[in-house]
Amino acid sequence: MRDVKRGFRNLIGALVLGAATTLGATLPTPAQAAGEAIPLPNAGFSFAGFFGTFDRGAAQRGLQVYKEVCAACHGMYHLSYRNLTEIGLSEDQVRAIAASVEVRDGPNDMGEMFDRPARLSDRFRRPFANELAARAANNGAYPPDLSTITKARANGANYLHALLTGYVDPPPGFALADGMHYNAYFPGHQIAMPNVLNPDQVEYADGTAATVDQMARDVTTFLAWAAEPETEQRRAMGIKMMLFLIVLGGLTYAVKRKVWADVKH
Amino acid sequence: MAIGLHDSTIQNPVLRWVDQRLPVFTMMQKEYGTFPTPRNFNYFWNFGALAMVTLMIMIATGVFLSMNYTPHTAHAFDSVERIMRDVNYGWLIRYVHMNGASMFFIVVFIHIWRGMYYGSYKAPRELLWILGVVIFLLMMATAFMGYVLPWGQMSFWGATVITNLFSAIPLVGESIVIWLWGGFSVDNPTLNRFFSLHYLLPFMIAGVVFLHVAALHITGSNNPLGIDPKGPQDTLPFHPYYTAKDSVGLVVYFIVFAFLVFFMPNYLGHADNYIPANPLVTPAHIVPEWYFLPFYAILRAVPDKLGGVLLMFGSIAVLFVLPWLDTSPVRSMRFRPVAKWSLYLWLVSFFVLMWAGAKPADEPYVTISRIATAYYFAYFLVILPLLGRLERPLSLPESIAMPVLRGGGPVLAGAAAKPMEKA
Repeated sequence: MRDVKRGFRNLIGALVLGAATTLGATLPTPAQAAGEAIPLPNAGFSFAGFFGTFDRGAAQRGLQVYKEVCAACHGMYHLSYRNLTEIGLSEDQVRAIAASVEVRDGPNDMGEMFDRPARLSDRFRRPFANELAARAANNGAYPPDLSTITKARANGANYLHALLTGYVDPPPGFALADGMHYNAYFPGHQIAMPNVLNPDQVEYADGTAATVDQMARDVTTFLAWAAEPETEQRRAMGIKMMLFLIVLGGLTYAVKRKVWADVKH
Repeated sequence: MAIGLHDSTIQNPVLRWVDQRLPVFTMMQKEYGTFPTPRNFNYFWNFGALAMVTLMIMIATGVFLSMNYTPHTAHAFDSVERIMRDVNYGWLIRYVHMNGASMFFIVVFIHIWRGMYYGSYKAPRELLWILGVVIFLLMMATAFMGYVLPWGQMSFWGATVITNLFSAIPLVGESIVIWLWGGFSVDNPTLNRFFSLHYLLPFMIAGVVFLHVAALHITGSNNPLGIDPKGPQDTLPFHPYYTAKDSVGLVVYFIVFAFLVFFMPNYLGHADNYIPANPLVTPAHIVPEWYFLPFYAILRAVPDKLGGVLLMFGSIAVLFVLPWLDTSPVRSMRFRPVAKWSLYLWLVSFFVLMWAGAKPADEPYVTISRIATAYYFAYFLVILPLLGRLERPLSLPESIAMPVLRGGGPVLAGAAAKPMEKA
């Protein structure tokens, strides 16, 4: 058995070294390195953790918040309307959602651009023609596209939830620039986006009370799904893959023991 | 060699026909079948094979990614997101490729460490080691250019910072940077050539890997004792012994790899790279990928730009001459009590640099980086050359089979303990 133990010790040594290489690099995550990190409260989302899934109800309510509030300024260019069936909406529901939006198409055979109701295959409509138009309408600030927003921020979902619920009065003496708003969680605390979520801002179809926290949670769930729509499929495949590899590892190790059984080492 | 059909021992008539004309099966049998391999490898000896597997995975996934990727500043970011969303299993291919880069560096760092600890760089394996350092350099260039391709904020600004380093070269620096960029800033021509080179370099790596393996099969492998096999009792055929042992390591490697890909695919990356590149907005802190952090810390530890660049490249370049800096004839650190702890301390300095590289360029990180940088170089340039003369190594075992069999069979206790004359 001593040889087995030693073999294992070496294997474990190698693994620890590998893990240390990885951890050594990431414990001070680059995001933390990026300026003063404000500690974020953990909002306890259904999709957090290694086995989490998206709460479909929350995602659908979040879609409503996005449509009625965020979409005025923020695009989600990487999403198509057809993707919405993935959060539990039926195809007819999604068709109706798409048809309620006018998108620009063309040129037609007269060479002219025209507007038409969106179809399933259309990308989400962009609220502004280009970045300059967006800046002109928003006091010089550019409302970012939200397709990837939760993976484009460190600890994205918790950050977003904290940000949306983080509009508080500035501490006394805080010099707020013109047209800016104080936010407890925005880096530097000055954000161009005003507080857009007020109690009962939207009227939820399922009767959920539209508190600010509820709306922030719902829209964050929707955006987290939008940023990584493959999450559930990825994790499910991951579990199968791990189980398979662990069994394969056991078999491989047994073969190795058998092969080496006649060797003194 | 005589002209004419190869005298093949392959039984299968079809394979034999091929083998007589092109003895690839004989070669495989010789190099991977019966190849005499020291019997005392530990699991650190898995990592060469693991690196080879990683290279193949990276090339395979990369080829499929490039079918859907558009190397244009206006489309690169969108095409990557399209791969993630609309290409069948595109997210899987991309996450394997992305985390594969990290796995490649983890595996290669351990492989290099193995070489440093057991003295695999020493005669007669100097050229083998040098080819390895060449592979490492090519890998770094490939990884750097690959990171630019998604055209996120870190892609763009990382490329800007790193290419700008060349401007530190006196007189021709500025011209070189413009030549690298293909313009006056990092822009579409830069992205195009980086894509081209990112596709080209892995095949150059594969070429040098072939030379690396060819050189290995001339000298044979080193082993944890660092002494040469003295006969058949010291070796085992590569197959089935080491194919079986490598397979165990391979599955463990896949478990780590799969865990990253399926459960924390973006953990090792930077969130800013999911923001499309914007030349007008500089990120608060520009940080390279984790595997470049130690070298980035060395760069920033030097107050002078040119000095920093030279030291950063020097930190890799010094590896080329390591076989001649280490003057001790004893390979394995197991028998070098002082050198062993000096090397462990070097490992600590490497991790400290990695940690400091992710921090802002302020105090106390700069001072810590300087101390770690000083030790990083002192190990190679001062400690190793001196220790070869000053250190008293422990007595080496007489042969590989001796200490191996000592515990297992009735072998005279004195035989193994007999000190070997220092060469």
